[in-house]
Amino acid sequence: MAVLEELREAVLTGDKDRAVEVTRLGLETSIDPQALIDDAMIPAMDEVGRRFEEEEYFVPELLLSARAMKAALELIRPLLADTGASSRGCIVIGTVKGDLHDIGKNLVSAMFEGAGFEVVDLGSDVSPEAFVAAAREKSADLVGLSALLTVTMPSMKSTIEALEAAGLRDRVKVLVGGAPLSTDYAVEIKADAYAPNATAAVRAAQELVGGRAPCR
Amino acid sequence: MQHASKSRERVLTALDHREPDAAPIDFGGTPVTGVHASCVAALRSHYGLEPRPVKVHEPYQMLALVEDDLKRAMGVDVEGVPGRETLFGFRNDDWKAWKMPDGLEVMVSVDFNTSTDTNGDTLIHPKGNLSAPPSGRMPVDGYFFDTIVRQDEIDEDRLDPKDNLEEFSPIGDADLDELALDLETAGKSGRAVITALGGMAFGDIALVPAPNLEHPRGIRDIAEWYMSLAGRPGYIHAVFSRQCEIALGNLERIHSRIGDSVDVVMLCGTDFGTQSGAFCSVDTFRDLWFPYYKRINDWIHEHTAWKTFKHSCGSVERFVPSFIECGFDILNPVQCSAANMEPEALKARFGDDIVFWGGGVDTQKTLPFGKPEEVRREVLTRLEIFSRGGGFVFNTIHNIQARTPVENIVAMVEALREFNGEA
Repeated sequence: MAVLEELREAVLTGDKDRAVEVTRLGLETSIDPQALIDDAMIPAMDEVGRRFEEEEYFVPELLLSARAMKAALELIRPLLADTGASSRGCIVIGTVKGDLHDIGKNLVSAMFEGAGFEVVDLGSDVSPEAFVAAAREKSADLVGLSALLTVTMPSMKSTIEALEAAGLRDRVKVLVGGAPLSTDYAVEIKADAYAPNATAAVRAAQELVGGRAPCR
Repeated sequence: MQHASKSRERVLTALDHREPDAAPIDFGGTPVTGVHASCVAALRSHYGLEPRPVKVHEPYQMLALVEDDLKRAMGVDVEGVPGRETLFGFRNDDWKAWKMPDGLEVMVSVDFNTSTDTNGDTLIHPKGNLSAPPSGRMPVDGYFFDTIVRQDEIDEDRLDPKDNLEEFSPIGDADLDELALDLETAGKSGRAVITALGGMAFGDIALVPAPNLEHPRGIRDIAEWYMSLAGRPGYIHAVFSRQCEIALGNLERIHSRIGDSVDVVMLCGTDFGTQSGAFCSVDTFRDLWFPYYKRINDWIHEHTAWKTFKHSCGSVERFVPSFIECGFDILNPVQCSAANMEPEALKARFGDDIVFWGGGVDTQKTLPFGKPEEVRREVLTRLEIFSRGGGFVFNTIHNIQARTPVENIVAMVEALREFNGEA
């Protein structure tokens, strides 16, 4: 129990070194790796999200916690690689074609992982074809599209159209986010949801696809 | 439009929180109140000005000079003196032709040197040095550069604040002479003169990766820098503290050389707001930034007649009392599209204490995607709210972005004429 509590605290306070140390200790003492995720990391990131929403945490704290969580997850993931047991759904995420901005996308990606989703992060300047290929290959439940620039917003529409043309749209939900976006724009381009920030993105993903299968 | 001879007085009156004869206007005065090259080209064509390629003076955001003939056509009251170096560390002394990915012919600095990545992206090199790793990338079919992060692995035990100070140094005599000459020339325009004083921006995230340096050291990764605000506050203080000392020394030298030949100095473009909230807490701001901003502003107000200009995107309503307290005179871009940034409320709460330079029209929605009539209505509404009692210089919310329809920009200019009684 102490290990779980310590890991939770390390993630919550963004102490990467401690999170790694405690995770190693937990694995050495045969704690179920899934328990480290379900009973320490996810609750910790839940609390991080709550603090972010309540404005007790801001971008620096969110990044620190996400880094601690990811470092611990790196140790655990190989142990779960074959079972996929940890996943609450498969999300393909990226910044759309023509746009190189990825701070927001990276935060959302980390928060998805922290909420137990399996995330395939395609990076930035991602073409519609690359989104389609990854969504198909990974059997994604959700595609997350990010854009900061007004000139790249149309790439979101092209990506959704490409998913439609590929016959994937019926089984893949699309979540969009980024500074110039709005719910109106999401509706206009036929996305399933718009999220104004990282915690809202997690909530939207949970509502849209929570509990689905892991990535293929 | 208004005569430029009245422009300076118009701006100074507004900065003094008194109502001028007309709403003063800035397009192109600073790297955060500028116009994308493609839009400058379209405007020149629309107003029937001499056909010639526009000059990209700010290559990061691909902003082009709004030259005197276009300023007159758009009724601009502000004359900007660009910084000595671009964000990529080269100067704009001589020009050469360059073709944008969309085919538009523009002029760029002779030191604007690029290579092509394997995927076709355009890579720009610091100081024009093609043998140094690139520090900026423009995607295929892109319109702007973004910085390339060059971050060595961080060894906590060897982190040295000096590494994050390489780009800050005492200003040289030749640069001082040049600045003085440029300001003198700008003053003859009859417009209010603004310049960005380099080295006064504390932790501006566009500058943290040091796209002007060939081989930057220290903390240069954007996420790493943000985490350092919470995780390494001592390091940040050490960087800001030394940077502040250098800046104060430069201020003294600059002022003794240029006197009051500049009206407004842009100090810092560090963003504290996001679209929906804040990057950091007000407590973090007051711990890490406030003391240095205050020292800079105090020195300026004690020794000069200059007004100080602070740029911060996003939802910054919670920071405005601190901006005012640490001595900033002007807030830009007044991003009314962000959370808690309603124009009426901002004007009512802070309008007596800080000048709003921006907020004129939404560049995320109305200007690029609206109809001309929607642009007109929004511009008139914002003018009505912000102009009351002075304390306002019209500008769009941040730069006019690429692909903004020229008819919408013209609708904005026409609405300004209408408001100013010139229609």
